[in-house]
Amino acid sequence: MTAAIEVRAVEKRFGNVSIIRDLNLSVAKGERHAIIGPNGAGKSTTFNLISGHIKPTSGEVKLNGDLISGLRPFEINRRGLSRSFQVTNVFARMTVWENVRCAVLWATGHRYAFWKNVDSLPEVRERTAQILDDIHLTHRRDVPAGLLTYAEQRELEIGITIASGATVVMLDEPTAGMSHAETERAVSLIRRLTDGKTLVIVEHDMSVVFGLADRISVLVYGHIIASGTPEEIRRDPKVKEAYLGEEAH
Amino acid sequence: MKPAMTSTSIAPAKPAGDGLRFYGVWLIGIAALVVLPLVFSSGGSLTSFSLIGIAIVFALSYNILLGQTGLLSFGHAVHYGLGGFAACHMMNAVVSHGWPIPLPFIPLFGGLGGLVFAIIIGWVMTKRAGTVFAMISLGIGELVASSSLILRSVFGGEAGITTDRTALPKMLGWSFGPQLQVYYLIAFWLVLSAIAMYALTRTPLGRICNAVRDNPERVQFIGYDPHVVRYLAFCFAGFFAGVAGSLAAINFEIANSAYLGAIQSGLVLFATFIGGTAYFFGPILGAILVTYLQLGLTNVTSVWQLYFGIIFIGIVMFAPGGIAGLLMMHRPLVRAGTLWTVIPSYLVAIVPTVALACGVILTIETIARYSGGDPINLFGIAFNPTSPVTWIAAAVLLVGGFFVARLTWQRIADAWDRAATVARDRGYLA
Ligand SMILES: Nc1ncnc2c1ncn2[C@@H]1O[C@H](COP(=O)(O)OP(=O)(O)OP(=O)(O)O)[C@@H](O)[C@H]1O
Ligand SMILES: [Mg+2]
Repeated sequence: MTAAIEVRAVEKRFGNVSIIRDLNLSVAKGERHAIIGPNGAGKSTTFNLISGHIKPTSGEVKLNGDLISGLRPFEINRRGLSRSFQVTNVFARMTVWENVRCAVLWATGHRYAFWKNVDSLPEVRERTAQILDDIHLTHRRDVPAGLLTYAEQRELEIGITIASGATVVMLDEPTAGMSHAETERAVSLIRRLTDGKTLVIVEHDMSVVFGLADRISVLVYGHIIASGTPEEIRRDPKVKEAYLGEEAH
Repeated sequence: MKPAMTSTSIAPAKPAGDGLRFYGVWLIGIAALVVLPLVFSSGGSLTSFSLIGIAIVFALSYNILLGQTGLLSFGHAVHYGLGGFAACHMMNAVVSHGWPIPLPFIPLFGGLGGLVFAIIIGWVMTKRAGTVFAMISLGIGELVASSSLILRSVFGGEAGITTDRTALPKMLGWSFGPQLQVYYLIAFWLVLSAIAMYALTRTPLGRICNAVRDNPERVQFIGYDPHVVRYLAFCFAGFFAGVAGSLAAINFEIANSAYLGAIQSGLVLFATFIGGTAYFFGPILGAILVTYLQLGLTNVTSVWQLYFGIIFIGIVMFAPGGIAGLLMMHRPLVRAGTLWTVIPSYLVAIVPTVALACGVILTIETIARYSGGDPINLFGIAFNPTSPVTWIAAAVLLVGGFFVARLTWQRIADAWDRAATVARDRGYLA
């Protein structure tokens, strides 16, 4: 079976600094894959490389077997890959409802239509309502996104990401800055919403990672030093030394 | 596109009265357009109404860029002007070939003129938003305005292209000679264009325009190419600017290089911004106000542009949401029933604020007329610009007005804070 995401020998340089070196990553379809690593290891950069936000200096990225490195973000998105951002990245002046609805429009085939009334598209309305319900923001539907609380914005961020119904979902630290209770709620949300999909998640909270992930990759200085099941990662001596070890000190 | 505006039934959670109110507002607007010339039937007011109608279409088209898509253009008059020229050429062609096209169809060709240019130039222009777009629009504006003086066969040089609107085939017995008939033609196109432009905001494209305005980066990750979105918005804006320009051409029976120039581009930016870009009706208010000011001020003072500048700076600094923003600020207070608590502070502020305004006007006019010695007429009171009495009056009004007005503004702010807090507590966003 072809992998959902296949990253092969990707390098990314900013100027003459190599931020990502010889990155290899394979995520199987339907797998929940966590990427962990210390701050500045290049996790978000990896997300940017896969989602087309930045282009690799060399190497290639495949989505469901098709080469996508070099494509623009919206082209990659249309092929069924959707990502969230570590720093909340929503449409601040638009309401919660509009935020989610915009994310539904392309996937429901309405594209750049200027001859349809956006308010009378039943499938758009139903899907938007469903997602608002899923992310528990129905009661805040008419509030401009910029006025939401931090935790609500993080949930909206997830809502926008999954709204298109993409089969490959990438979440960059979805629970960052959340309280313990909020994190638990967000994790169960993620678990439910990505059921049957491929999930790549960057997460610092180890209990979340080990509870959620089928496989884990450890990124250190732009290079994946280990990739395996949670059990394998826990036992891996390189990981202990480079990453988990730090926490034990 | 037109039927698309019909429903407001997005929100199952919204009260049913909203739909009624929505149609009510549009119907009242249309009724006002029909009745206005019957109430104010002098030649002067007909001319004013016609110009206002044209300005509204133009400002609404500009807001497709500025308010809806977040594109700041310094060259929107290019489409307006080209629409005007297209209309004049079309009218002359209709007359010389004897085509059976009556005058009311001409704005369609004007719109196409604006649209075709937008289609050609837009793809490159809208590659980037922000400063890059603004600078290119300025450059294109200058380029077209200067070539209009060079390409004489198309633009008629300094004199422009003249036309005779009454020479076209009659429609329903109307020759469109009398200003009243021209007014109704403009009002008809105003309603049509306003409905179409409103409908556009309610389409998938219109919604994504807003998303591009708010966050062009994120739009790419929900499947949209912001470049395409900006381009389409630019084309629509170009079309309706062309309609506005052709209405002007019909009204004046001429198109010349002034239609295309930087002043015209500046005026539409000015009207749209003053009216308020965040609401659909903002540019309508702005166009009405600016056209009236322009018509009124040019008669009474030679430095009217100075007043425009002061108003513009005032709005940018103190009310960046424009007039519409100021009005809509009050909505949560109305809903929460706390508006009456701020009204008294407004009333108290009127006198010193008017005094301050008079001080500003008197000062400006004194300086402007000092060497010429023309008398100043301020609300029926005559002032001599060379007399110390005038200077003292100006200084007292200016300084005294400012200090007293500042106190009353502070009271407004305090009253506002209290009213808004109550509104928030009652669950209305402020
Ligand atoms: N556009 C850029 N130009 C130059 N350097 C960059 C750029 N983007 C990221 N970097 C650098 O690349 C490194 C990796 O950054 P990245 O954001 O991918 O780390 P991360 O693993 O996501 O860290 P964190 O856990 O803090 O989110 C950092 O040192 C960062 O400064
Ligand atoms: Mg990061």
